[in-house]
Amino acid sequence: MSAVDIDSQADARAWLRTERQGRLLRVLVGGPWLARDAARLDGLLKDLNLGDAPEAEIDGSAVTRLDSAGGWLLVRTKRAMERAGKRVRAFNLPEVYAPLLHTIEQEHTAPPVTMEKRHGFLPFVERTGRATVETGRQGYRMLGYLGRFMIEWMEAMLLPRSNLRIAALAHQVEEIGINALPIVGLLSFLIGIVLAYQGADQLRRFGAEIFTINLLGVGVLRELGGLVTAIIIAGRSGSAFTAQIGTMKVNEEIDALQTIGLNTFDVLVLPRVLGLLIALPFLTLYADIMAMIGGAVMCYFDLGITVPVFMRQLHQAVTMNTFLVGVIKAPVFAIVIGLVGCFEGLQVERNAASVGKLTTRSVVESVFLVIVLDAGFSILFSILKI
Amino acid sequence: MGGRGEREVVIRVRGVVNAFAGQVIHDGIDLDVYRGEVLGVVGGSGAGKSVLLRTIIGLNKPKEGTVEVFGEDPAPHRERPENSVQMRWGVLFQEGALFSSQTVAENIQVPLREYLKMDQELMNEITSMKLSMVGLPDNAARKYPSELSGGMKKRAGLARALAADPELVFLDEPTAGLDPISANQFDVLVKDLQKSLGLTVFMVTHDLDTLRATTDRIAVLVNKKIKVGTIDELTRDPDPWIQEYFSGPRGRAAIAGGEA
Repeated sequence: MSAVDIDSQADARAWLRTERQGRLLRVLVGGPWLARDAARLDGLLKDLNLGDAPEAEIDGSAVTRLDSAGGWLLVRTKRAMERAGKRVRAFNLPEVYAPLLHTIEQEHTAPPVTMEKRHGFLPFVERTGRATVETGRQGYRMLGYLGRFMIEWMEAMLLPRSNLRIAALAHQVEEIGINALPIVGLLSFLIGIVLAYQGADQLRRFGAEIFTINLLGVGVLRELGGLVTAIIIAGRSGSAFTAQIGTMKVNEEIDALQTIGLNTFDVLVLPRVLGLLIALPFLTLYADIMAMIGGAVMCYFDLGITVPVFMRQLHQAVTMNTFLVGVIKAPVFAIVIGLVGCFEGLQVERNAASVGKLTTRSVVESVFLVIVLDAGFSILFSILKI
Repeated sequence: MGGRGEREVVIRVRGVVNAFAGQVIHDGIDLDVYRGEVLGVVGGSGAGKSVLLRTIIGLNKPKEGTVEVFGEDPAPHRERPENSVQMRWGVLFQEGALFSSQTVAENIQVPLREYLKMDQELMNEITSMKLSMVGLPDNAARKYPSELSGGMKKRAGLARALAADPELVFLDEPTAGLDPISANQFDVLVKDLQKSLGLTVFMVTHDLDTLRATTDRIAVLVNKKIKVGTIDELTRDPDPWIQEYFSGPRGRAAIAGGEA
């Protein structure tokens, strides 16, 4: 005879005891056998020594409350006894719990759920492999999408369908362009200030403060203005495209559009990409101007260069070409941001997590592509000696 | 609580008023739900069934009135005291509301892991048991919610609601969108669980068969008020909406089916 656990407050807590009567092993249980105690009871039952008795019984007549977790623990113990080759003579529980035990015993025949292992080296290799293959497929799909966009666009331009959505386009231009003016303006202004300040600091050592303006003019107009604007818009509008289209996809709105017979490309993609195509060059121009103002302010306060002097020096430093080289990139960036945004939106699967995942991916991809393209343009222009 | 009457009141709603954008939805609702009963809640579209459910589970703060569940305020707490009401109830939302970044098994284990500190092995066993209880195959355990059909999501949602063996279960339209056979199994399941676990069930449903098969009492939301009674009592109610509801062709068929 051995007592496994005799609880001092046997009424309040579930308890469990074993008795050996000759050939018979009796397991006595009582108290509330509930889920909230299951972790403790599980430990007790695992430590239970079944011994070598050929017969066993479970006496739960003292059980005051039972729920499915408690019931499962008892059923599991009974099964363990049977597996150990014992004849289970009795399995007594108060009559009220008969339906519950029936449910547990009848239906639960499948082996316990095993969880997939997701940590460690091999799963890491597997994930890396899958991600690599997926990146390849992604590039392939995006290329196909670019082709489709070109065809649809040409069609829309060459044979203007009466249903080119002017209202939608105007709305997009407002949303992408006009509503972005404050943030683009402020950031460009600050970049102008920072660039002028740092430039002046360095150039002063050579007594060449005045060339701060050259640095500012060429740096912003050629590169930074367009790049910063494109990155802001990728974060602001590219992500919005993915989230909007993705949410529509989750909501089956895209399917609804198609069954009504509308071309999702016309309705969703073209207005967004064309809106960007119109808005981004103007935003770039605006960013250039704001950065120049920021630079002029800094030059005035830091170097004492007045605005007329600033303008004259700027006029000498940059040509129309400098400005055009910067702005010509904007439409390319616009198409990349718009296409990636819409493409990722349409890739969304019918669950909420997918929207977030693809929105992140859309922003990362478009920022990446914008910077890569900018580098490409730099090389191209240097070969062309512009 | 529960001392004075013969039955313990699990949910006590007193004078609840809810209004959105100036439109009054509930105008003074009183409701008692007793331990161990299955209460069905019906009402026309927009009658505020879901709002009532959300008010009781503390997701919506009523404009006026009080709600007590197990004698406590059900509003979500910042800290989690032991034995909080959240531990004692399970909620099945209309679309299942499974956490989409987790597998079905992980979903079911959330309440087990958070509250009960069980071994992974025991949690797996209990998960497997709950899955078979709600009639899902074992291989559903490793699937993500996006890979499940609507009916399977509901079952998985129910398995999660039942995971930690709550005393009180809220079901929001549990049989909507299920085929009649599954809906019937669901009714049997709810009734079984209620019998064997002594569960209290608060169920929003439009399924007249479910109402007839599972509920002890029915609460009807009509004209911003609530009327509670058994099917027999309600069929004798003079209110035109209630008459239409229970004596329309569907209502009659369901009730006749029950008597046959």
